[in-house]
Amino acid sequence: MLMLGMIVRRVLGGLLTLLLVSVVVFVGTNILPGDATEAILGQSVSPEAVAGLRKALGLDLPAHERYLRWLAGLLSGDPGVSLINRLPVAQLIGPRFANSLLLTALTAAVAVPLALLIGITTAIWRGTLYDRVANVTAVSLVAVPEFLLATVGVMLFAVQLHWVSALAKPSIGSFTEALQNFTLPVLTLCFAVTAQMARMTRAALLGVLDSSYIEMARLKGVRPARLVLHHALRNAAGPIANAVALNLSSLLGGVIIVEVIFSYPGLAKLAVDAVETRDMPLVQACAMIFCATFMLLVLVADVCSILSNPRLRTR
Amino acid sequence: MSDSAISAPRRRRVSAAGQAGIALVLAWVALAVFGPYLAPYRAGDVVNAGVFAPMSAAHPFGTDYLGRDMLSRILYGARYTVGVAMVATVLACMGGIALGILSAVRRGWTDSVLGRAADALISIPHLMFALVVVAAFGTSLPVLILMAAISYVPGSYRFARALALDINAMDFIEVARARGERSAYVVWAEILPNMIAPLLTDFGLRFVFVVLLLSGLSFLGLGIQPPNADWGALVRENITGIYEAAPAVLVPAVAIAVLTISVTLLIDGFSGRARAMVR
Repeated sequence: MLMLGMIVRRVLGGLLTLLLVSVVVFVGTNILPGDATEAILGQSVSPEAVAGLRKALGLDLPAHERYLRWLAGLLSGDPGVSLINRLPVAQLIGPRFANSLLLTALTAAVAVPLALLIGITTAIWRGTLYDRVANVTAVSLVAVPEFLLATVGVMLFAVQLHWVSALAKPSIGSFTEALQNFTLPVLTLCFAVTAQMARMTRAALLGVLDSSYIEMARLKGVRPARLVLHHALRNAAGPIANAVALNLSSLLGGVIIVEVIFSYPGLAKLAVDAVETRDMPLVQACAMIFCATFMLLVLVADVCSILSNPRLRTR
Repeated sequence: MSDSAISAPRRRRVSAAGQAGIALVLAWVALAVFGPYLAPYRAGDVVNAGVFAPMSAAHPFGTDYLGRDMLSRILYGARYTVGVAMVATVLACMGGIALGILSAVRRGWTDSVLGRAADALISIPHLMFALVVVAAFGTSLPVLILMAAISYVPGSYRFARALALDINAMDFIEVARARGERSAYVVWAEILPNMIAPLLTDFGLRFVFVVLLLSGLSFLGLGIQPPNADWGALVRENITGIYEAAPAVLVPAVAIAVLTISVTLLIDGFSGRARAMVR
């Protein structure tokens, strides 16, 4: 019951934060005087035309009413109309969002097992050369910008070797086509996420390995591999799940860079294009989707730690 | 004394990686300060070597898409990449530390309000926050610096608040308050000095993320604008050189990586067990 209460409180807190985020996004994009009419009509038009359009777009309403309208629109799945090509934002976002989900899902499918493998093996062989090399590599990879990995990848595998394409299309018709399209973007995204996730997995396991029941098992002569896999892993599952979810949320930043480099028609590329053209309704909607996804992953991470804490499992 | 307030046991010995890190970081700072004086050409000069020239003795990093000397471009760009990120990080950390200590000492509604605001800001991925700010306010230098600073205040705030809470609960603080010292004195003379070491580590990590954020933004074409260029912008403007394997694309990207990796290794060397949490 205690546990359920904590989870409910965490979810409510998350919703409240999301509401605050929507205020930040709305105020941030509306604070400057130049508004949508200028973007649509240009600057040299009659005041009557401007006034008419302002009324049609609801821009003559006070700020808090416009915010409530916008929020209601978001919640009902209608976040407005693009200023540039006059299409409904929802219609523009739909297919792009699916493409981005495909890219991130493929990345997660590669990164998560790899990170767990590296994290667990470095914990088993902690302090060995392998562990130290893996640690320095991981520390370094976290600090490498995605566009370096991507440009090196394109130079090597697309330009020199012609193995894969330098542009990524969201199609997985056949296995080879999928490899062609997704190898470089997925690998680029994997590096940093895997490194950080592996480090946190190792840290979670080592945290458990320092406890006295492990010391006991060690004194009884249990081998290191069995110690980690059989005794420690079970109790570290919560923190590890937490690490996985948290690091997947950091993917959202990398996706923006990677989609632009490979001209991948995803949500992040759409957002960057919208920023260039100052298409505010589109920017707002993309920002809210990114933030909501991010918060969902953090929430999952939190719930994982709550569920795995045996002290909360009282009846 | 302060060590017991910090959960991770710290090693005094600086590892080999840490020493290499110190040397490299000093080199980068020197580069940012003296870079333009060292440059063989001015940043805008077109030299007589053609476009996307390979590495040579006259032009160690080749030339860019307009035939300008890449070494000089990199040396001029160091000011933007290292300098701007440094200013933004200093602002972020000063704001975060001040608010964090305020929260920890005052508690009550100050703490709740600041905490809520930090939660909201931290829920916007940094690069997405940058995109929204640039869409609304453009890409002038003050906007970029303030944006990066505000984006990283909440992380610094949370870190400083947790540290200050730990220290605030310790006996010597109790003694100082019982002596009748004023809050300002307690904060300045008792709490702050005991936070310095972990705060420096935090500063270094945050600097790395600010460098990556700003150069990523420049790479997207939404950061420093031409004719000026930081290293991220240099990668962007030379991206077509990728098909000729020109050093002009790789060198600035590698420069960023060497900068961020050296700082990260330095921190890792200092703190032994570097903080696993990144934000």
